[in-house]
Amino acid sequence: MEGLPLLSTIIFLPLLGAVMLYLLPVCKPASDSDGEVSRYTALIFSLMTFVLSVILLVAFVPEQTDMQFRESASWIPSFGIHYQLGVDGISILLVLLTTFLMPIIILASRSVKDGVRAYLFHMLALETAMLGTLLATDVFLFYIFWELMLAPMYFIIGIWGGKRRIYATLKFVLYTVFGSLLMLVAIFYSVNAYAALHGEYTFDLAKLQEGLVLSRNVQIWLFAAFALAFGIKVPLFPFHTWLPDAHVEAPTGGSVVLAGVLLKMGLYGFIRFAYPLFPLGAQVFGPYLALLAVIGIVYGALVAWAQSDIKKLVAYSSVSHLGYCVLGFVAFNVASTTGSLYQMLNHGISTGALFLLVGVLYDRKHTRLIADYGGLAAKVPVFAFLFLVFTLSSIALPLTNGFIGEFLILSGSFQTFPILTAVAVIGVILGAIYMLGLYMKTMYGELDESKNGDLTDVNSRELLVFTPLFALVFVMGIMPGPFLRVMTPTVESYVQNVQAKMVTVAQEELDYDFNPAEFSPDTVLSKRRGEASPLAQVRFEGGLQ
Amino acid sequence: MEHSTVVESAQHLTHHVTTQGAALGIIALLPLVGSFLAFVIGKKNRDSAGWIATLAAALSFGCVLNYFFALPEGGAFEHRVFEWFSAGNISVDFLFRFDQLTAVMCLVVTGIGSLIHLYSIGYMAEDESRHRFFCYLNLFLFSMLLLVLGGNLLVLFVGWEGVGLCSYLLIGFWFKNLSFAAAGKKAFIVNRIGDAGFLLAIFLILLNFGTIDFVELGQRIGGASTELYTLIALCLFVGATGKSAQIPLFVWLPDAMAGPTPVSALIHAATMVTAGVYLLARMHYLFVLAPLAMVVVCTVALLTSLVAALIALVQNDIKKVLAYSTVSQLGFMFLAAGAGAYWVAVFHLVTHAFFKACLFLGSGSVIHACHHEQDMREMGGLGKIMPWTAATYWISTLAIAGIAPFAGYYSKHHIITALQTSGESNSLMLAYGECFATVATVVAVLTAFYMTRSACMTFLGSYRGHSHPHESPKTMVLPLVVLAFLAFVGGYLLEHQLSLAGYLHSVLPVHAHGESEGFLASLLHSWPGFLGVGLALLLYTKLTVVPAKLYGLVPPVSKLLADKFYFDEIYDFLIVKPLYLFSFGLWKGADQAVIDGSVNGTAAVVDMTGEVVRVTETGQLRHYGLFMFAAGVFITIFYLIL
Repeated sequence: MEGLPLLSTIIFLPLLGAVMLYLLPVCKPASDSDGEVSRYTALIFSLMTFVLSVILLVAFVPEQTDMQFRESASWIPSFGIHYQLGVDGISILLVLLTTFLMPIIILASRSVKDGVRAYLFHMLALETAMLGTLLATDVFLFYIFWELMLAPMYFIIGIWGGKRRIYATLKFVLYTVFGSLLMLVAIFYSVNAYAALHGEYTFDLAKLQEGLVLSRNVQIWLFAAFALAFGIKVPLFPFHTWLPDAHVEAPTGGSVVLAGVLLKMGLYGFIRFAYPLFPLGAQVFGPYLALLAVIGIVYGALVAWAQSDIKKLVAYSSVSHLGYCVLGFVAFNVASTTGSLYQMLNHGISTGALFLLVGVLYDRKHTRLIADYGGLAAKVPVFAFLFLVFTLSSIALPLTNGFIGEFLILSGSFQTFPILTAVAVIGVILGAIYMLGLYMKTMYGELDESKNGDLTDVNSRELLVFTPLFALVFVMGIMPGPFLRVMTPTVESYVQNVQAKMVTVAQEELDYDFNPAEFSPDTVLSKRRGEASPLAQVRFEGGLQ
Repeated sequence: MEHSTVVESAQHLTHHVTTQGAALGIIALLPLVGSFLAFVIGKKNRDSAGWIATLAAALSFGCVLNYFFALPEGGAFEHRVFEWFSAGNISVDFLFRFDQLTAVMCLVVTGIGSLIHLYSIGYMAEDESRHRFFCYLNLFLFSMLLLVLGGNLLVLFVGWEGVGLCSYLLIGFWFKNLSFAAAGKKAFIVNRIGDAGFLLAIFLILLNFGTIDFVELGQRIGGASTELYTLIALCLFVGATGKSAQIPLFVWLPDAMAGPTPVSALIHAATMVTAGVYLLARMHYLFVLAPLAMVVVCTVALLTSLVAALIALVQNDIKKVLAYSTVSQLGFMFLAAGAGAYWVAVFHLVTHAFFKACLFLGSGSVIHACHHEQDMREMGGLGKIMPWTAATYWISTLAIAGIAPFAGYYSKHHIITALQTSGESNSLMLAYGECFATVATVVAVLTAFYMTRSACMTFLGSYRGHSHPHESPKTMVLPLVVLAFLAFVGGYLLEHQLSLAGYLHSVLPVHAHGESEGFLASLLHSWPGFLGVGLALLLYTKLTVVPAKLYGLVPPVSKLLADKFYFDEIYDFLIVKPLYLFSFGLWKGADQAVIDGSVNGTAAVVDMTGEVVRVTETGQLRHYGLFMFAAGVFITIFYLIL
C-alpha cells in the first residue's frame, strides 16, 4: 500500500466505477437489457471501496488524534486552495458507514427497472461526493464536494422518485443550496479575515482553525451562516420539512442513502467546521441549538405518530433521532459527543434498514399506507422478525446499537443541559409509541387475504441485504468497545481543544463591533506589505480578457 | 436515624468479601441458548421446544443452587464479563454480582421458572407456534436473570427493558387478535413511561456520584442534600411503578392477562412485576436517606393495594381477579419497602411468588379444562372433577389470605408490624404508621374475601358451564403440587427454619424483630384472614342471594368497582386522545401549514419576483440601453445629492 494515496483511491474508486458503467461494452443496454451486468459492476466497485476503507480502518491509529493518511496537492495556489485530504477518529467511521451502505443499496436496487445504469451511475457518483465531503480538510474542497452531493441526489429523486418527485427534489435542492450559499459567503469572509492577519490566503482547515482570530460578534454571524447551512441538512427543527417530502418521493435506495449518510453531513459540518472555526459563536448558539434539537426530538416523534404513510413516519422519526445526535454534540462533553457520533452510525443502520423494509413491502404491493397492511406477521414471519429487530434498534432497546448511542447522548447531555435532557427523555417514550404502533398496525391482527394474501416473504437476495445490518445491530449493541475506541481519543482532544478556545478567547474579551469593512479586500491588500495580491492579479487578468 | 449512621450502615451493607472470577454469566446464558435452540429445533419438531426450554431453565436453576450453596456468609461472587462501553467520564462494565439478595431472587426466578416451563408443555401442547412461545419464555428468563444478576444499574436496566420486551411479545403471543396485540403494546409503553424515570435516576446518580456500580455507590453515598436523594429515589420509584404496576401506571397489568396463562403466572405474578420491589431493595441505601420518598412509596402502595383489592371484589373473570390481586399484593411489598423493612418486602415477594404462581397455574388448569372459558359464572363444582387443581388452589388461597401457618401469613404479618413501627426509623411516618397498618389490615380482609370468593365460584357448587371439564395432565399437576407445597410451608420455613432475615442481614437492613410467637398467637394474628375467608364462604356457599343483593344495593359503587374506577377511560380521555389529536394538529397545523407553508411561501415569493422581473428581460437591445441610461442617471443623481 506504500505510496498509494489511499484516501483519494477510496474517494474516486466509485466514480471510476460510475464511468466504467458507460465505458464497458458489457454494460451497454444492448447487451445488458435487464441491467444485471451493470448491477454487478457497480457492486464490485462499491465492494472494492468498502474493502479499501476497511484496510484504512485497520491501518488507522486511534491514539493519533490529528489527521492521518494526509494527502495534499496544490490546486489553486494563488488562493491557497489545496486538494487536501485526511481522516481522523471523527470521520473514519462515517466513511465506513458510507462505503458499507453503498453495496447494500446497490444490492437492493433490483426494484429500479428503468435506467438502471444511470441510477447506478448517480449512486456511485454520490458515493464519491459523500466520501470527499467527509475526507476533505480544505474548506474549499469540502464545499465543492458538499455541493456535488446535491447533483446525483437531485436526479435520483427526480427521475426514479414517486408521483410528486419533481416538487420534492426541487425543494430538497433549493433549500439546501440556499443554506450552502450563506455558508460560502461565511467561508470567503473567514479566509479574508485570515489573510488580513497573516498576509496569505488559505483554505486549509488546520491553518484557519489555528490562525483565525475573530471577534465574538463576527463569530456569531459566521457561525449563524454555517449553522443555517448545516441545520437545514441535518435537518434541525424548523428546517426539516424538505425531509419527509424527499423521503416519501425518493426510491428506496435514495431514502437509504439520504437517511444513512446525507443527513449526517449536516452534523458532521458542525463538528468539523462550525465549532472549531467559530468556538465563540458556538458557545453562544449552543444552548439554542440544544433547544431546537430537543424540540425536534419531541416534535418529530409526535408528528411521526400522526402519520398514515410508513415512509413519512420513518422520515419524521429521523427528525427525532437526528435531534438526539445534535443534542449530544452541542452538549459538548466527551461522552455526549461520542454518543452523538455513535448514534449517527446507528441511525444509518437502523433507519436505513427500516427504509429497505418499507421498500420490500412497496416492491410487492405498491403502497406505503399503513392502512393497506395488517396481520402480516402470520404471512411473512421472516420479514416480521427483521422488522421487529430494527424497530427495537430504533427505539433503543438495550443490547441493540441504538441504546449505546442514546444512553451516551442522554447521560452526557444531562451533565450540560439537565432540564432539556429531561424533556428529551420524553422522546424515549414517544419513540415506543409510534414505532410499536406502526408495528402493531402492519404486522399484528387478522390478515386481509384479498389484499395481502399473495404477499411473499423476503427472498434470499433481500436476506443478503439485511444480514449485515442485522448483525451490526447486535454487534454494536453488545460490543461497542472496538467502535468507540476508534473515536474516543480524537473526540477527547477535539472537545478539549475547542473548549480551550471557548475559554481563552472569551478571556481575551475580543468584543469589538462587527464591521464588514474591516476585512474588505482593500484592507487585506494594504496589510500585505507591498506584495501583489492574488486577488489583484485576478482582477488584472480578468481585465485583460 | 441520624444521617451519618444511615450512611454508615449503607456502607456496611455494601461491604462484601467479593470473590472474583465465578462464571455467573452461565446462569443467564443457559436460557439464552435454550431460547435459540427451542426455536430452531422446535421449528422442525414442535414437541421438542418445550422440553429444551424446560431443560435450559432447570440447568440454570442447578447453577443457581450451586452458587447458592457456595456463597459464604456475608460474601458475594463477582463476574466482570467485559467492559461494555466507555466514553469520557462514563464507563460501564458488563458486571454480574451474586450476593444474598440476588441468590434469593435467582432461586425464585429459575425455580418457579422451571416449574412454569414444565407446566407450559402441557398447557401449550396444542398450539401451532409453541416453539415461538418457549423461545420467548426462555428469553424472558435470560432477561430476568440479567436483571437480578446485574452488578450495576445499567446491566439491571438491560434486564429491565428485556423483560419488558418479552412481556410485550408474550402478551401479544396470539397476535392475530388485535386486542391482545394492543394489550402487549400498552404494557410496553406504560413500562417505558416508568423507564424514562428510571433513566433520569441513572443520569442523576452518574452525575452526582460518578458510579452506577451498586457496591461503589453504596460506599460513595452520603454528603449530598436530602432533596437530591429524594429526587433520585422518586425517579427510581417512577420506574418501579411502571414495572410493578402501581398507581398511576398499573393499568397495563390487568390487560396483560391476554397472554397465555403460564405467562401470567411467571411474568405477571411471580417474577417480572416484582422487579420494582427488587430495585427498591437493591437501592435501599438511597431510599433510607430520602424519608419523604419513603412516605410517597408507602402512600402510593397503600392506595394501590386498596384500589386493586376493591376492584378484585367484583370481577368475574378468574384471571382478572388474580391480576388485581397481584397489583394489590405488589402494593403490600412496596408498603414494606416504604416502611424501611426491605427484607420483609423480599419475604413477601418470595411467598407471593409461591402462592400466586400456584393460583395462576391453577386458573390456567381450570381454563384449559373449560376450553378457554375464563368467566367464573360459567364454572362451579370443578372441585370434584379436578381435585388436584382444586386442592392446590385452596391451599394457595389460604396462603394469600394470610392464615397461619400458610406462607402468606408470615410475610403479611411482618408488613403490618413494620408499618406500625415505621416511625422509629422515619420520623415522617411517626404519625401515620398506625393508620397505614389499619388500612393494610382492611386490605388483608378484602384479599381473603375475594380470593375465597373466586375459589368458591370455581370449585364449589355445581357446574354451570357447557363444556366437559377434565383434570389436567401430569406435567401441569406436578408444578401445581410443588408450588402448593411451598405456599403451605414456605413461609414457616423461611421464618423459622431457614431464617430469611438472618440470611439477608448482610445486604439489607434487618431491624431486630420480636421473639418468635407461638402457634396459637399466630392463629390469633390471622384474624383478618379468617374474617375474609369466613365471610366469603358464608356468602358464596350458604347465603348465595346476598352478594347479588349487596351488589344491587349501591349501584353506583358496584358499577364503579366493576368498571375499575374508570382508570383506562380517564387516561384515554385526558392523555392519550388529546395527545394524539395534538400530534395530528401539530402535523397538519404547525408542520404543513406554518413551517412548510412559510418555506413554500418564500419560494413562491421568489418565484413571483422572478415572474415580475422577467418582464424586463425583453431581449430588445434598445430596452436594455434605456435601462442603462436610467441607471446612469439614477447613480449620478444619487452621488450628487449625497
